[in-house]
Amino acid sequence: MFGAGGGTSSYQEVEETDLIILWGSNARETHPIYFHHVLKGIRNGAPLYVVDPRRTSSAQWADRWLGLNVGTDITLANAVGREILAEGLENRHFIEHATSRIEDYRAAVEPFTLEFAERETGVPRAAIRDLAHAYAKAPTAQLCWTLGITEHHKGVDNVLALINLALLTGHVGRYGSGLCPLRGQNNVQGGGDMGALPDRLTGFQHVANDEYRAKFETAWNCKIPSKPGRHISGMFKAMEAGELKTLYVLGENPVGSEPDTQHVLKILKKLDFLVVQDLFLTQTAEIADVVLPASAGWAESEGTVTSSERKVQRVRRAVEPLPGTRDDMAIVFDLANRLGHDWGEADPRALWDELRTLSPMHGGMSYERLEALGGIRWPCYDETHPGELFLHGRLWADPRIGPRAPFCVVEPEAPVDRLDDEFPIRLTTGRRLDAYNTGVQSGLYASPLRRREAVDISPEDAAELGLREDERVRISSRRGSVVAPVRFDSGLRPGLAFMTMHAPDEVNTNELTIEAIDPKSGVSEFKATAIRIDKIFSASAGD
Amino acid sequence: MDLHFTADEPTGPEVDAVDQVLGNADSRWFGGERLDPGQAQTSEGGHRISGRRHLLLPVFHAIQARVGWISRGALNYACKRLDVPPAEAYGVATFYDMLSLQQAPPVVARVCDDIACQANGAGELCESFEASMGPAGSGGDESDCGWVRSPCLGQCERAPAVLVTGAGESPWTSVIAPATAEAVNVALADGPAAGSPPVCESVPQAGQASLQLLSRVGSPSGQSLEAYRADGGLVAWDLALERGPGWVIEQVEKSNLVGRGGAAFPTGRKWRAVAQADGPKFVVCNADESEPGTFKDRVLMEGDPFAVVEAIMVAAFATGCERAYVYVRGEYPDATQRMQSAITEMESAGLLERACPIEIRRGAGAYICGEETALFNSVEGFRGEPRNKPPYPTESGLFGRPTLVNNVETLANIVRILPQGGAAYAAVGTARSSGPKLFCLSGHVAKPGVYEAPFGVTVRDLIDLAGGVSGTGRLQAVLVGGAAGAFLSPDELDAPFTFEGMRMIGATVGSAVVMPFDDSVDLGAILLRIAEFFKDESCGQCVPCRVGTVRQEELLERLRSGQAIGTLEHERQLMREVSQVMRDASICGLGHTAASAVDSALERFPIFQGGIR
Repeated sequence: MFGAGGGTSSYQEVEETDLIILWGSNARETHPIYFHHVLKGIRNGAPLYVVDPRRTSSAQWADRWLGLNVGTDITLANAVGREILAEGLENRHFIEHATSRIEDYRAAVEPFTLEFAERETGVPRAAIRDLAHAYAKAPTAQLCWTLGITEHHKGVDNVLALINLALLTGHVGRYGSGLCPLRGQNNVQGGGDMGALPDRLTGFQHVANDEYRAKFETAWNCKIPSKPGRHISGMFKAMEAGELKTLYVLGENPVGSEPDTQHVLKILKKLDFLVVQDLFLTQTAEIADVVLPASAGWAESEGTVTSSERKVQRVRRAVEPLPGTRDDMAIVFDLANRLGHDWGEADPRALWDELRTLSPMHGGMSYERLEALGGIRWPCYDETHPGELFLHGRLWADPRIGPRAPFCVVEPEAPVDRLDDEFPIRLTTGRRLDAYNTGVQSGLYASPLRRREAVDISPEDAAELGLREDERVRISSRRGSVVAPVRFDSGLRPGLAFMTMHAPDEVNTNELTIEAIDPKSGVSEFKATAIRIDKIFSASAGD
Repeated sequence: MDLHFTADEPTGPEVDAVDQVLGNADSRWFGGERLDPGQAQTSEGGHRISGRRHLLLPVFHAIQARVGWISRGALNYACKRLDVPPAEAYGVATFYDMLSLQQAPPVVARVCDDIACQANGAGELCESFEASMGPAGSGGDESDCGWVRSPCLGQCERAPAVLVTGAGESPWTSVIAPATAEAVNVALADGPAAGSPPVCESVPQAGQASLQLLSRVGSPSGQSLEAYRADGGLVAWDLALERGPGWVIEQVEKSNLVGRGGAAFPTGRKWRAVAQADGPKFVVCNADESEPGTFKDRVLMEGDPFAVVEAIMVAAFATGCERAYVYVRGEYPDATQRMQSAITEMESAGLLERACPIEIRRGAGAYICGEETALFNSVEGFRGEPRNKPPYPTESGLFGRPTLVNNVETLANIVRILPQGGAAYAAVGTARSSGPKLFCLSGHVAKPGVYEAPFGVTVRDLIDLAGGVSGTGRLQAVLVGGAAGAFLSPDELDAPFTFEGMRMIGATVGSAVVMPFDDSVDLGAILLRIAEFFKDESCGQCVPCRVGTVRQEELLERLRSGQAIGTLEHERQLMREVSQVMRDASICGLGHTAASAVDSALERFPIFQGGIR
């Protein structure tokens, strides 16, 4: 945000802040380590607000839970913003000093009264008012979110709606106040930082910038295209159109993770050539032309990872990789050499030192310093720089440094997959504590918590449909249907159901989901599917 | 919190009992019905509910009083209401002796078989109940009454004692002391018996002009605020208001008053430390008098409750505390009731406005809760396990805030100090042990009871005051200071009962217990009962005490049954080592002193000679 792709705050700040908001995040289960920091904050007295359609295990810790209707985040955020303005609770000094376009924002949120928001989001107006007042009045506050915000066809707008609230209250750029998108893996942040984005080079340097490109071209002795590449949904479109014929997949399982599985399979099978590099023979690897067995990043490889608090840490090889597997970097290097480039031998440290010369925000992070300091948070420009606990302090500098942060007007838009009489139930998807994405890595391990994949529904819906717990039902959407057992969850309300994608071999939830993509992020609307649940009448007695 | 519950549901009476403490369930997410659609998309919890955790023990008391035991369904409901993990709440409930997690009959006789009662016929009483109702703890689901053995009930001057509790819509308790099997059976069958003997009978000196601390016990001034005021009550409070907190603390310092709970810490220093700390802060009156042989605080609370409340008011005013708690042991229903009516009367008279609200919390049968930090945990709704010190309570006590914690007798001294001034008070007693002192005489004395005498009096003086040795008339040993104290031999009776005098002979003032045993008493059995007591009452948190108290009991069992390992001297050496480890390495005073009485007896008396008693 504001030009940098990372959370603004360090973990220690959520322990010492005055208010914590988890918006579209069930961190208790999906970010258990981060949630330990949240628990310390709660113990230190910070109230917790959780915004989530489900009353999740995180919401059960909350001082206040707001169970909004799926896909009404912008309405809720705009209403919170309007209430803050209407009550004069905004941070006028910060708005005047560091932001722009407040009048546009004020005009845009004017229709979002508490009454309107209650009607649209389902959340009682008193609760919305409570959130607005608590956030505006807290001396410091952390606003955290996860996929509940981003896995919508308006995901980027959802994020902007939350950023507006931080600008309105001055809850950014100060110790204890910040915006924290929680990353799902130990190194998602690092992936973006390294340039695994369609439009950025390492260190978030835009490809369209001639100066940046020239620097990399000199160092790498090659030509870099100035046109941004494609994000994953763009690639699928291009494959479907026959423009993209070869795909090299590293450590991803799109057959399991992308929406509308049948469609994905059809597209991948059209490719001329599919290469998958992975630890496991995933569903995607099964249909690949070539599979390159990789060693694990953790414990078998040398290098660095970067956490959600922008902290770069060393990882070291502790055990020898399995015979026949190779380090990802070594495979890529060999591939480059075979393709006619002389990259030589893979050497993680040499590569890192090269990166430090090209990415200013990593400049001061020598291996020695990373080791001595136990990791460093970017930006860290030189070897005297300790790194930064939080970002955007410049917004508070007097005189201000750099450009103003603009309010961005965003308007709500209902989920693409509409509810109707045929598909009357809203399915939302997510993760559970003991499983990880498509289960490729976590499914191998026993867990005392593990339960078979099921569709969670409210006790009221179960009674309405005449269902017993564990009874197998057919779940259908406009795209496909699956069979799964029913589980009752009293944290769900009538009309709301929940499934995960942890066990695609058992129940392939993405047969149901919609490929409604946010053009700004390339992310699909996994969080909002219209479904129907049908009892299966078996000829034999007793199901 | 994200909690997991078993499917057990509460019964109607169980819900009623919990709601009586917490009010009706207003949230579908915290124990209420899933009906109100207005709550389908929001909930309020978190700090609002976790802030009520301290009500867990009162809730358990309410369930126990209503149905006689805490079922899984009741536990679930209490946990949903208070957002406490059921496993943790189970750990709290099982910590306390007076709470039952197994189905129990609604009416239960708790028969004291501790040392004073054992010397006065508790054994026969237990045999009689065993014959009529089966072994202790039986009764189970069928019968409507049962009996259990209990550690010291604090009624030692009228041993043997029995506490009968009846659960139901109108729960009742009845203290029967001295108890006969007939009287107890009547209570078991027909409900509350006639009240125990009047408290003045526990004070043989009652009415004597020289008394300070006991001056009002037995007089009408313990009965109503009006009479209390007429009898010189509230003088200390008026003086405090007039002269201010600084003056009060100065007088307490000048008085040289030290804590009467056993640790003998200078009271004035404690008060000053709390007065200087930042708020919010609390006063705690430690009325968890559980040391076997001790009943002086009970007599004060029953006989002169207004003085105790007045002293709490002075303490809160002088130190700037915003709330006071009186933690009364669960075995003292009469004292609880007397204190509650005194508080209510003083509150209605508007007297608490310039002091602070005062709230009674009841223990539920755990000796360790007399340890101040264990008491804090108990009030907060946790297992009564002591905390590591430092930090001391004056810095971080109840709810982690600066806390002034004083024993009942210590506080009773305050209302005597202010009117005469600290210096005059300090002139009573000896230089290092100032003031009047209460002593608990029970066991084989002619007139057991609470006696007041200035510090400096000898053990022999006290026994004489109580009419001399009863029973066979031939003294075998005297237990002083309580179960955590020491046994004296008959030739040590001229030691002055002061902090310094007791230390000289390797004993301690402790809770000022003086319990003589005649030569008919099986001293080995008394030692074993003491060892059993500490084994039962060790909270189990730290290894030296948890293991040491068991080792101590095993060792005594071996000696009594003639199965000593090696010589008696070898066993004594083992005992010394165990006791050394407990003294050095236990977290709290229980472990530090759990072996002192046994140790002292093994060193002094020719018991267990040759491994044969």
